Amino acid sequence: MSKFVIAVLVDNKPGVLMRVTSMFTRRAFNIDALTVSTIEDPNYSRITITISGDENTKDQFVSQMKKLYNVKKVKVLDDDVTVKRELMLIKVKNSPETRPDIMAAAEIYRAKIIDYSTDVMSVELTGEPTKLDAFIKIMMPLGILEMCRTGIVAIERGTDTMINQE
Amino acid sequence: MKLTGSQIVIETLIEQGVTDVFGYPGGQVLNIYDELYKAQDRINHVLTAHEQGASHAADGYARSTGKVGVVIATSGPGATNLVTGIATAMLDSVPMVAITGNVPNALIGRDSFQEIDITGITLPITKHNYFVSDVNELAETIREAFKIAKSGRPGPVLIDIPKDVQIASAEYEKAEVVKAFTDKKAKDKCIEQAAALINESKRPYIYIGGGVLGRDIAPDVMTFAEKIGGYIGCTFMGLSAFPSDHERFLGMQGMHGHYASSMANKEADLVIGIGVRFSDRATGNTAKYVKNTQFIQLDVDSSELGKNIKVDVGVHGDLKDSLERICALVKKDERPGWKEIVESLQAEEKAIAQKAEEATAVPLTPKQVMDIINDIKLDSTVVATDVGQHQMWAAQYLKFRKNRTFISSGGLGTMGYGLGAAIGAAVGSKERAILVTGDGSFGMNLNELATAVSYNLPVTIVLLNNGVLGMVRQWQTLFYGERYSNTVLGRKTDFMKLADAFGAKGYRVATPEAFRAAFSEASESEGTCLIEVLIDKDEFVLPMLPPGGSIDDIIVAKERGE
Repeated sequence: MSKFVIAVLVDNKPGVLMRVTSMFTRRAFNIDALTVSTIEDPNYSRITITISGDENTKDQFVSQMKKLYNVKKVKVLDDDVTVKRELMLIKVKNSPETRPDIMAAAEIYRAKIIDYSTDVMSVELTGEPTKLDAFIKIMMPLGILEMCRTGIVAIERGTDTMINQE
Repeated sequence: MKLTGSQIVIETLIEQGVTDVFGYPGGQVLNIYDELYKAQDRINHVLTAHEQGASHAADGYARSTGKVGVVIATSGPGATNLVTGIATAMLDSVPMVAITGNVPNALIGRDSFQEIDITGITLPITKHNYFVSDVNELAETIREAFKIAKSGRPGPVLIDIPKDVQIASAEYEKAEVVKAFTDKKAKDKCIEQAAALINESKRPYIYIGGGVLGRDIAPDVMTFAEKIGGYIGCTFMGLSAFPSDHERFLGMQGMHGHYASSMANKEADLVIGIGVRFSDRATGNTAKYVKNTQFIQLDVDSSELGKNIKVDVGVHGDLKDSLERICALVKKDERPGWKEIVESLQAEEKAIAQKAEEATAVPLTPKQVMDIINDIKLDSTVVATDVGQHQMWAAQYLKFRKNRTFISSGGLGTMGYGLGAAIGAAVGSKERAILVTGDGSFGMNLNELATAVSYNLPVTIVLLNNGVLGMVRQWQTLFYGERYSNTVLGRKTDFMKLADAFGAKGYRVATPEAFRAAFSEASESEGTCLIEVLIDKDEFVLPMLPPGGSIDDIIVAKERGE
């Protein structure tokens, strides 16, 4: 099982996300993460999807995706030339015993403390998903109250773009 | 010119070459029906008894003519009644445009009377669908729907039009009939790889499906088969795509397929699938199916390549073009060794059939019924079926010489499909259509008898009545210890009175002679006829590959009990 990050350019129209996710259910694809956003061209949105599976799953995923009429382009991002980022907000217990560990970890991971009160601290962290995973591991014993992650957004290096690529 | 939304609907349909539509009026399509009334000399509307019947009729019309079938229904229950018909069309890749009305935009989302989110409901069972919120986009949306429905691998498209959009006005300008998207041409590399595999092969088996039927390329398949000394079998959906009595044709393969074709598939060292999806009903257990065989798959839909089984060469592109190019590259080879093997398989099949026939004690067998239909029906006659044993008997024994003359719900297996489909076929072909059905399936949508009779449509209904749900019962006999849970109907329906009540001519027969006489008479009569054929409840559909089994587990003969 490998992980694939797939970028999809879709029409920026109501209901398009539902068409895409309905296909996932219908074809039983398991999605690890999904993000949607507008792009520089207001006609399109970009969906970044992370899936786990084998080569065949990936190929099926791409061809099923291409069959949807609002999907304009589908690209499996090449790991070697792709920058991946994810944002996480995490709320942890703030107590005199845990505080130094949280602060130290936040500093080393270049996380930002975005909220602070006597009993709660909220931390913002951006980076590769593995970095976020590692940070969660450290926070776990310290008492995570709540957390959320955006899912991966990814972009390839170089001058090529989704729109100008064939 | 300025037209209202409902006028635009009708004008765009006519502009797109639509001559017949099927449907049922209701509150939210009143405006469209008002325009249909005014345009009745330019477009024919067939009113069915139920929206489901209308959806199957549009499907049958599309399958028998190759044109896009059109169905119209109102919002809410009208729209949900189309769902089974749309799903049936989706699973069998039938081009269809379904038009539904909806409550006005201002009432959407308020659980208004007969409001339903039909685009949401039909999302996974349409190729695409639309909710038209602006009358200015209406004409273009309808054109796009036709384009999508008939392009590539065809399928159903639904357009939901709220009532205020039907009432509002917009500029309309007549446009050309939309053309399907041009299909991609396969890559040279794939064509070369396919040809190389074929040249190496000693026993090539050509396996054709609905794609060959839709693209109508039997002559190309024939040339190809003759050049490489290959033999041809088909899927259920491929029936009538290739002439049944051609010497290289071995018939349908799979769960209830012909012995010779299923065995030839097993014996082959190379299977060349053309427009097939290697469905579970055709392959049985895929792990055993792929053993020691190489596969080439040609399809216009890239997602089919390797979807169900791993293929050695996938050729994505227009089937006709791919086949022609492969055919040009392969060496001519008669492969006499393969011919010998296939001929012995055919002989075995014959022997099995003969044995079965000798063992028959009942007065009228399904095979005899199909043989008599073969004797009398014309090459151009369309045969529709429902789903169950009768469907498989029709698939096994009926002979076809013309493309699109067999229409049946293959993918979804919709009981109740047949009568609507036969009505659609009769309207489309303007000829007598035959429905082969069973008492179970017929019971599901027999209300459409009213439609057939009212329009005086030439439909001959051959109703194989065994008083049980035969196919399920067969499974119960074989795999559920003869516990006949809810498959013995024991109904008191008098089909002769029923035919009479609906205004159809009824016949009840129990012998081959009586069936022949009734069927001949029906074939030469004017309107709708129902022939009830009494058959034995213990008739089996054979051969049978048990579910999850392989060709090695084939059941060819029934142990006839007391």
